[in-house]
Amino acid sequence: MGVEVFAISVDSRFSHKIWQEEELSKMVEGGVPFPLLSDSGGRVGSVYGVYDEEAGVDIRGRFIIDPDFVLRAMEVLTPEVGRNVSELIRQVKAFQHVRATGEVTPSGWQPGKPTLKPGPDLAGKVWKEWKPENAF
Amino acid sequence: MAENVDGCVKPSKGPIIAGPEIPTTDTVQTREEPPKMLARVGKPAPDFELSALVGKGFKNVKLSDYKGKWIVICFYPGDFTFV
Repeated sequence: MGVEVFAISVDSRFSHKIWQEEELSKMVEGGVPFPLLSDSGGRVGSVYGVYDEEAGVDIRGRFIIDPDFVLRAMEVLTPEVGRNVSELIRQVKAFQHVRATGEVTPSGWQPGKPTLKPGPDLAGKVWKEWKPENAF
Repeated sequence: MAENVDGCVKPSKGPIIAGPEIPTTDTVQTREEPPKMLARVGKPAPDFELSALVGKGFKNVKLSDYKGKWIVICFYPGDFTFV
């Protein structure tokens, strides 16, 4: 898919290095293959709306940025629930498909499922093209 | 072999926010006061530069250096936490 991934927390780069060496490398051989960024003071997290001043940490936020540097998607969770990587991949593929084709991807779209071509002929006729069971 | 020179403290720019009253596009400033949320879908991503662990070494990463690629950034609460 050709995606650059960056992980960011308020921890120092030194902490990142030890975490990578001591723990992550035991989950993923060689450690996680993306940079770990250090957002001291949560300054970048504040701009992205994920910095929790009371806890002093960046909460779980995930952002997709397209090649024009436009922010396409954001998902923010409180820390106790982890992400769904499959959904992230689905969203990236959907945005890539839309960018390449000009089609749009209705609810529940997965690669290979039907897309919609917006236009006057489709207005009021989506019910013919898309059924609620396609949402799942 | 040349080692990267690194100190205990390494400044990074943090958020890079274009000065709103300065119309020239090549002028950027780093804010002193706590920045407000600027991230909006459909709008340009807020740029930043942060120090980072890249591979086995340290370097600064500037987000806009990756312009032209698909980018995913993930904030997380902390190293060595549980989820």
